[in-house]
Amino acid sequence: MLTTKQLQFSYTRHQVMNFPDFNLQKGEHWLLLGQSGSGKTTLLHLLGGLLSPTSGSIQIGTTELGQLRASALDQFRGKNIGIVFQKSHFVRALNIGENLALAQQLAGLKPNRGRIIELLERLNIGDKLRLKPDRLSIGEQQRAAIARALINQAPIILADEPTSALDDYNATEVINLLEEQAKALGSTLLVVTHDKRLKDRFPNQIAL
Amino acid sequence: MALAVGNTMALALGKHTQMTLLNLSWKNLSNKPLTMLLSLVLFALGVGLISFLLLVNHQINEKFEKNLAGIDLVIGAKGSPLQLILSSMYHIDAPTGNIPIKGVMPYLNPKNPFIKSAIPLSLGDSYRGYRIVGTTANFLELYQAKVRTGRSFKAIMEVLAGATAAQELGLKVGSTFQSSHGLIEDDNLVHEGHAFKVVGIMQPTGASIDQLLLTPAQSIWEVHEHAGMGAAPAVEETEEAEHEHEDEEHAAEDSIAENHAESTEQVNGIALTNQEQDHQNDDEAPHEQDEAHHLKSILEYPDKEITALLLQFNGHNITTLNLQRMINQNTSMQAATPAIEITRLYSLMGVGQDALRWLAFIIMGVSGLSIFISLFSSLRDRRYELALMRTMGASPGKLFAMIIMEGLLLAIFGYIIGLLISHGGMELLAGEMKAAYRYTFTGRTFLVEEGYLLLGALAVGFVAAVIPAIQARNTDISETLAEG
Repeated sequence: MLTTKQLQFSYTRHQVMNFPDFNLQKGEHWLLLGQSGSGKTTLLHLLGGLLSPTSGSIQIGTTELGQLRASALDQFRGKNIGIVFQKSHFVRALNIGENLALAQQLAGLKPNRGRIIELLERLNIGDKLRLKPDRLSIGEQQRAAIARALINQAPIILADEPTSALDDYNATEVINLLEEQAKALGSTLLVVTHDKRLKDRFPNQIAL
Repeated sequence: MALAVGNTMALALGKHTQMTLLNLSWKNLSNKPLTMLLSLVLFALGVGLISFLLLVNHQINEKFEKNLAGIDLVIGAKGSPLQLILSSMYHIDAPTGNIPIKGVMPYLNPKNPFIKSAIPLSLGDSYRGYRIVGTTANFLELYQAKVRTGRSFKAIMEVLAGATAAQELGLKVGSTFQSSHGLIEDDNLVHEGHAFKVVGIMQPTGASIDQLLLTPAQSIWEVHEHAGMGAAPAVEETEEAEHEHEDEEHAAEDSIAENHAESTEQVNGIALTNQEQDHQNDDEAPHEQDEAHHLKSILEYPDKEITALLLQFNGHNITTLNLQRMINQNTSMQAATPAIEITRLYSLMGVGQDALRWLAFIIMGVSGLSIFISLFSSLRDRRYELALMRTMGASPGKLFAMIIMEGLLLAIFGYIIGLLISHGGMELLAGEMKAAYRYTFTGRTFLVEEGYLLLGALAVGFVAAVIPAIQARNTDISETLAEG
């Protein structure tokens, strides 16, 4: 489902990052562990098509990311890759429901109000539909961000340090939700983190 | 255009979750209401000021052109030529003074081959702020004015009222009123005992004649010479009254009668001599005196005074061209050309208007700058949002369009508010301007220029948004997201 080969990236000429090859199967849940500065976020951005590798290849399903033109890549990403970021950001002018609808629309799908409500209820924030993002607590915001990553039923879910800003209780909640929902959708989940609390949760691990 | 936008906005503001670009732009703007308000107020101010100037300019020009009425030359007392034109043709300034009929006899003579028509005006009195003009029946022909009800004046103290004056004063055929001295309403200056009688009301023409109360020139003399002496007797008395002294307050104080005798002869080739004039008058006189109420020709009163004489020439030639210069140099009267004075007036007003216009453009520029700054600074706050939208599948072009749309939306709303301000303001001011100038203005007309103003407004909105939009388009997703 998600395969990398001889992936290489450099911000400057002197500093070349090499990433290990890996091959994640459909529905598998993986943990990518590494210290800060080890290039975790860079790898996640490469996988999400937000950065282009200096060399090597990334294949998602049957699609070679490097072969997509810019706008096609934007569309592909919107439809096939759900990303949860370390800090949850939203379009501040829109409420939670509208933010999710925007995610559907930008991916080229029709907004589906029923699905938005259902998903928010499943994540226990159904009552936040009409609230602006800044009215939510950090834990609620992270759930809403997960909802946004899941809304298009993307086959790949990438999570960048989803728990590092949260306390133990919320961290457990969030990672439970991610696992549950990825399982329900049959999506491949890759969590990038240096959070040691998560170490024992995932049998499949890649170390940087 | 405004309607279409309004409809789209109404849809966009509904509960519907469909997130159009327009919708998104609007939400982004309305999320920062104060910033939006500042940009809108500035923009509306610029648009409103320009549109107001256009409206005033257009309507004043229209009025002035209508009132030119083909008059080639105006003769009156010495003073400011502009004042002479304004008072005798537009009825918005005080008269310069009076001139003796003796001095203008040659031009009044119907046999003068160079003059198509000569219309005497006696000004200085009013009724509740509306000017009473002593004149002759051919004054109506100047403006192609027609009598709507009743008839034109035929005898002393009869009044033919302009449409607006009649309406505002509540005058009907048969109404009577007493004039007051001077051009503003003043109870202390009422000419008591001389009642004017309305015998007819004119159709509206759109020219200044609508604001006037027309009466034979003799009525004015009558009122002033018999001031305080009871009800006006018949026509004959006016002749005897010639030697009574003038009403002290009257504009006749400025009279320049002294010089009239020699001046006519000096003037030019047009002038018939006074003697010839007198002969003609003698011939006609007995005939006219038969009917008590029939008005005599104004030529019968060489010692009376009028305020101004409006002339239309029979074509232009050397004689008519020289007439103005000769009157100005050789007599104690002055002659002014309406077209020249009005052009001069435009250029005088033009200075103020130019300054206002520049001010309006500067405000437009500043409002454009404020749109630019508010978009630019909002982008700094929204960088992460924009990167996020990219990860959700938005193309760079979409972000570009979204920001441009925000600039255009501000411009359109600013334009609409600006037009509401200028037209509403015009409508509000119309009442006051009418009281001051006796001219009707309206805010209910829209000009072609305002269409161009919309294009200009859109251009300002676009230009202000284009740099922020390019920045949004070039957002580096990975770098922005990594910064968190």
